[in-house]
Amino acid sequence: MTGQRESYTLDSTLDCVDSAESAASRIATEAGFDQDAVMQISMAVREAAVNAVLHGNAYDPDKKVKVEFERTSSDLVITIRDQGKGLDPEKIPDPLAPENLLKTSGRGIFLIRSFMDEVQIHPSKSGTEIKLVKHVPGKPGDSKEVSQ
Amino acid sequence: MSMKTSTRQVDGVTIVDCSGRITLGEGSVILRDIVRDLLSKGNKKILLNLGDVSYIDSSGIGELVSAYTTVKNQGGELKLLNLTKKVHDLLQITKLYTVFDVKEDEAQAIKAYH
Repeated sequence: MTGQRESYTLDSTLDCVDSAESAASRIATEAGFDQDAVMQISMAVREAAVNAVLHGNAYDPDKKVKVEFERTSSDLVITIRDQGKGLDPEKIPDPLAPENLLKTSGRGIFLIRSFMDEVQIHPSKSGTEIKLVKHVPGKPGDSKEVSQ
Repeated sequence: MSMKTSTRQVDGVTIVDCSGRITLGEGSVILRDIVRDLLSKGNKKILLNLGDVSYIDSSGIGELVSAYTTVKNQGGELKLLNLTKKVHDLLQITKLYTVFDVKEDEAQAIKAYH
């Protein structure tokens, strides 16, 4: 499995979000993560794919979402790219702030950061790339860090 | 598996038994529609039984919040029953566990409305 890579180019639909989630669940299971970690990884991918389809590509049939899974010796690395206007992570309100607790949206990125060991968001004019890293249990580099 | 619901009345409380996934799209819409329908019929004591909900995403969490505030704003009460560990953990990390009135026993939940 070391060094294995799989990539998918998906339409901007909710069905494709389900496909990305299913692929994440399968690949995380094959990589040896336990059931809880598989759920976290697949949910993080789902949330990132929803952002790409909904907020990035805005369901535009001409725009695609690219999802890439890479298994290294120590990590599962997942990259999700959209072709939208670019998400500014600085402008995402804190969903745990008392004034935001009862908001009906805005928790996706928070959940992604909660579930993954590293999260990098790279917005650009041609879209947003979000890289998610989960350390394989027992492998080097399993300290938690979050960066943008 | 998409979301399914069925409703029953117990001592003036409408229990909505939910199963499946509450996610962006169909699951969230079903929940929204059923709560609106119940409120339009004057059923303002609503207990969402989430015991068979296998999965909920951030949109589903948002829909639960929306249901809670919609019912509350109309003078009703919405409580949650039988959270699975996954849903429990999600409400904990999003700090919503203390916002919702969460019950583990149906009979106790019914009593809490009176």
